[in-house]
Amino acid sequence: MQLTRRDALALGGAALSLAALPMRALAATDMVGEAITAFTGGADVGERGITLTAPEIAENGNTVPIEVDAPGAAAIMVLAAGNPNPDVGTFNFGPLAASQFASTRIRLAGTQDVIAIAKMADGSFVRASQEVKVTIGGCGG
Amino acid sequence: MATGVKPRVRVPKSASAGEAITIKTLISHQMESGQRKDKEGNIIPRSIINRFTVDFDGENVIDVALEPAISTNPYFEFEATVPASGSFVFTWYDDDGDIYTEEKAITVS
Repeated sequence: MQLTRRDALALGGAALSLAALPMRALAATDMVGEAITAFTGGADVGERGITLTAPEIAENGNTVPIEVDAPGAAAIMVLAAGNPNPDVGTFNFGPLAASQFASTRIRLAGTQDVIAIAKMADGSFVRASQEVKVTIGGCGG
Repeated sequence: MATGVKPRVRVPKSASAGEAITIKTLISHQMESGQRKDKEGNIIPRSIINRFTVDFDGENVIDVALEPAISTNPYFEFEATVPASGSFVFTWYDDDGDIYTEEKAITVS
């Protein structure tokens, strides 16, 4: 392939914009993928049967109330895609859990997606995610 | 450093057999995330509760793995089934090895 001047410029531009992507955001995205793979073992993840309730706008990222509900789940993992460390927590439900529902409060560093992945009793996985806009981040700094 | 850690749990006093009851728990703990810095710019070491479990007469209700992204004074709400009179045991595991427990009895009528 012959490299014209136009091609060279376009290539250079693309490389530059890639390099300019914030390294932290890039790293965090990888960590989310890794966390999901670690939980699901690379299995397919469906969309139905899980509800994640989180506010659309959270004024204070230090304490954001969330709820997860996945009838028939054995465990639910919650991730915050934009946090320095995306892990939030994992709920494992025992034989005396009346429902696979849990509510807690989490920290969000900024506006980002919150992801919940449920491991069903039959070994399948489902996920839900919601974007939460955060006015004041919750990681100190 | 885990001073002034005080668990608080709300469980109904009585229920009917097999009924789903809502349990709310709160424990005062600063949940230091390990991300913050002090005035000199040194990172404040992580100090959190990393696990929370609830059992009813030896049978598990819920077992939660906590990460630094759980807020200060971790709060949990969930539902449990009570087959007979007995007591719930709530256990929090601190990073520094401390274990905090709380017990609540419930009467099934």
